[in-house]
Amino acid sequence: MTYIAKPHLHHPTLHTNKVGYTRRDYEGRISTLCAGCGHDSISAAIIQACWELDIEPHRVAKLSGIGCSSKTPDYFLGASHGFNTVHGRMPSVLTGANLANRELLYLGVSGDGDSASIGLGQFANAMRRGVRMAYIVENNGVYGLTKGQFSATADRGSKSKKGVINSDSPVDLVGIALQLGATYVARSFSGDKAQLVPLIKGAMAHGGAAFIDVISPCVTFNNHSGSTKSYDYVRQHNEAVSRIDFITPGKEITADYSPGEVVDVAQHDGSLLRLRKLHADYDPTDRYAAMSYMQHHAALGEVVTGLLYVDALATELHTALNTCEAPLNTLDAPLLSPGAATLEEINAALR
Amino acid sequence: MKRIEAINDFVIKFANVNGSGSASANELFVKAVLRMGVPVSPRNIFPSNIQGLPTWYEARVCEKGYHGRRGGVDLMVAMNPQTWDADVAEIEPGGYLVYDSTRPMPPSKFREDVHVIGVPLTEITNVAYLEPRQRQLFKNIIYVGVLSVLLELDAEVFEKLFAEQYKGKERLLDSNIQALHLGRDYAKQHLEAPLGIRVRRSDNVGDQIFTDGNSAIALGCLYGGATVAAWYPITPSSSVPEAFQKYCETYRVDPATGQNRYAIVQAEDELASIGMVVGAGWNGARAFTATSGPGISLMTEFIGLAYFAEIPVTIIDVQRGGPSTGMPTRTQQSDLISCAYASHGDTKHVLLLPQDPFECFEHAAAALDLADRLQTPIFVMTDLDIGMNQRLCKPFVWDDTRSYDRGKVMTAAELEAGKDFGRYKDVDGDGIPWRTLPGTHPTKGSFFTRGTTRDPYARYSERGPDYIYNMERLLRKFRTAATLVPQPVLRNAAQPTRFGVIYFGSTSPAMREALDVLEVEDLHLDALRLCAFPFPDSVPEFIAAHDRVFVVEQNRDAQMRSMLVNELEIDPARLVPVLHYDGTPITARFIAGAVRKSLAQLKETA
Repeated sequence: MTYIAKPHLHHPTLHTNKVGYTRRDYEGRISTLCAGCGHDSISAAIIQACWELDIEPHRVAKLSGIGCSSKTPDYFLGASHGFNTVHGRMPSVLTGANLANRELLYLGVSGDGDSASIGLGQFANAMRRGVRMAYIVENNGVYGLTKGQFSATADRGSKSKKGVINSDSPVDLVGIALQLGATYVARSFSGDKAQLVPLIKGAMAHGGAAFIDVISPCVTFNNHSGSTKSYDYVRQHNEAVSRIDFITPGKEITADYSPGEVVDVAQHDGSLLRLRKLHADYDPTDRYAAMSYMQHHAALGEVVTGLLYVDALATELHTALNTCEAPLNTLDAPLLSPGAATLEEINAALR
Repeated sequence: MKRIEAINDFVIKFANVNGSGSASANELFVKAVLRMGVPVSPRNIFPSNIQGLPTWYEARVCEKGYHGRRGGVDLMVAMNPQTWDADVAEIEPGGYLVYDSTRPMPPSKFREDVHVIGVPLTEITNVAYLEPRQRQLFKNIIYVGVLSVLLELDAEVFEKLFAEQYKGKERLLDSNIQALHLGRDYAKQHLEAPLGIRVRRSDNVGDQIFTDGNSAIALGCLYGGATVAAWYPITPSSSVPEAFQKYCETYRVDPATGQNRYAIVQAEDELASIGMVVGAGWNGARAFTATSGPGISLMTEFIGLAYFAEIPVTIIDVQRGGPSTGMPTRTQQSDLISCAYASHGDTKHVLLLPQDPFECFEHAAAALDLADRLQTPIFVMTDLDIGMNQRLCKPFVWDDTRSYDRGKVMTAAELEAGKDFGRYKDVDGDGIPWRTLPGTHPTKGSFFTRGTTRDPYARYSERGPDYIYNMERLLRKFRTAATLVPQPVLRNAAQPTRFGVIYFGSTSPAMREALDVLEVEDLHLDALRLCAFPFPDSVPEFIAAHDRVFVVEQNRDAQMRSMLVNELEIDPARLVPVLHYDGTPITARFIAGAVRKSLAQLKETA
């Protein structure tokens, strides 16, 4: 129903958050995706997370590549600048944007074709550099806009809608992110908003490269039996390592748990990630254990979800580059040009 | 036997082995000539190799200040046995050969019409030095010492250069001076000096500076306010970002905090480099990348996005021999079409065409302004000849009152005051729309940037009229660009003529010399040096004012001529191509020869 303009009327009883915005203020245009698309649930979760985080919408820059997932930034945070870049290259554009202005929050939205096929190199290198961003892959294992071809995250042995069996090994974006140094790594399911919203909040508040792989079924091309990215399959195989609560900075922390059941991770901005363990042996602060755990459970056919790894002391690219506090895009000639007198000295040294 | 006699006008060529430390010795020689007040233009002729392959350094000493390659060699310093035969063959009859005579060479290895000067360099070095690396390095300084006597260069000039170079490193200073005198002493005692060619003190260098184009570009980006640079190593452009890094470390660190007012990223490839520059430009920082032809090929999708989504981007293309990997260490002007029309669909881009390091500085700073003003990719098209060779040029200038032109960026206050914001709307009639930067205003001015078609308010639209409006506006913007870019430079012939010549970039010094040579022969041409694309009106006017116009360029397919024909709808018969593309820099001899021949043919048929 994309031709219907979204009404601007807000119900007077809508709550406002601390910065004076209602949840509706975080919405965008009406989605043009198929009814029931997992991606729309993720958009709704982003809206919810940003509203709950009291982020001013215009302080977010949302960037994407090409594909169904990459269209979605038009459908949330309408007051934010967005950039729908080229296929598989969102990470580099986001990196450059981040270098230009370190004060905005960067939300990268991509898909499995965009990040695991054509853009695998840029995905990997952005993780290596520790670009501060929340990078969400809306992973459905299939190319939707071009009518249902497998993408690189499709599991070996899974079946396409036309009945073709995929013979290629899947790219495990979570595994790559863990290996290459991402400091916040999660997997979730578009059908599990209770898990997804706090994961996005944690990622937005994170001080380094945060990556969330969200299994997001394609209702049109990859929701049949034989698919490992369907609603039914993911519900049956979903194995959450923990339940996550995101506690905003300064909020009173109440203890309603038994020791040993909960892991609290304080992030650099003072926010707290409270993880209620569902698997007693899982330690989300141990990168190598997380990698091993993921591989072990993937081999059992489980889709492990939750906050898989977090480094509370994360650093980022600006730390490595030792850039000044003021955003580079605000610096002007007096701070950037060394001046005519210096140029004379340079000239003198070249004679 | 004939002996070449010439004062302050000869070509000396050093044949060396890559990685042997010869480069700094050769540069020392050239600087000494400059300090004697005599113009000299050196050129590195080097392989795509780190160590072991042949490398040459050719320096043209020229009192008149012609910096183009002359062609031919008057004095060969043959230090590389691998290339001996070819090096000896290249010497002009009556010229000179300096070689290491430590090991005897059969007479058949020499030429009868060349003056042979043997110096036992290895023997002198081995007696004086024990350590292998010292032997290798000082052998180079010793031959410079020998040359200084043969060519009558003052020892004091060298001693002063050493003193500047090794200030505070007295041991290095002393040992270099010692090596120089080992060579000088040998020459004085054993050789007949000076030669027929020699250097005499003059005053033709003035306040000119001696530097390479890549450093000059980096300096231009520093002064021009670039804060973000992303790049991927590729010959011959890598020294642009490396020099930028060096300058930034010196001039862009906040003294109070020790923090950097710049961000440089060596990306994983050229796609990521240009992607980062696009992201930074979108977000309001001045950003550039430097690359060469193969990098341009990889960047073309992003260049199309930056053109269509209207993002300021500065791209430095230090051209080398193409196509494909081509000749990575040789020079050409063969990326013109691939840059001017980079990317699929209807695209056109602004090219700047600097002729020397001075203009590399100027154009780099101008490109950053133009990118912001025009909100589009701006290419600075240099080449290996300008980029990687030191050249005498005017000193750099900067006006401290100069402010950066940030172009049409709508502020929060303007949005708040209710100013209409249509991201892709032409409100000023110049085709350039207004933009807002991310994070400007809580409720106004946000838009979704995309490579897909849109209406003037940046809303997705596949309607024909919206598309046409946008594409026509981009053309209008391109016409505006022609008025903002550096304008062509005209040199009128000594007398009225029906013939003209168009040239650009690194061809300039050879062209200047060729025009002088032809004038002496009573062949007169008006000359127009292009400084940018799109072409301002003065270009078609120049062509219209002449019956025939030579278009001199360094590529096979006459790319600039094609652009002139197509963009200005010129009858191709009126534009005569003069093409030099073997990877060596174009010479005045080549240009004058081609023009002479062509004019003679025209006379016959007339």
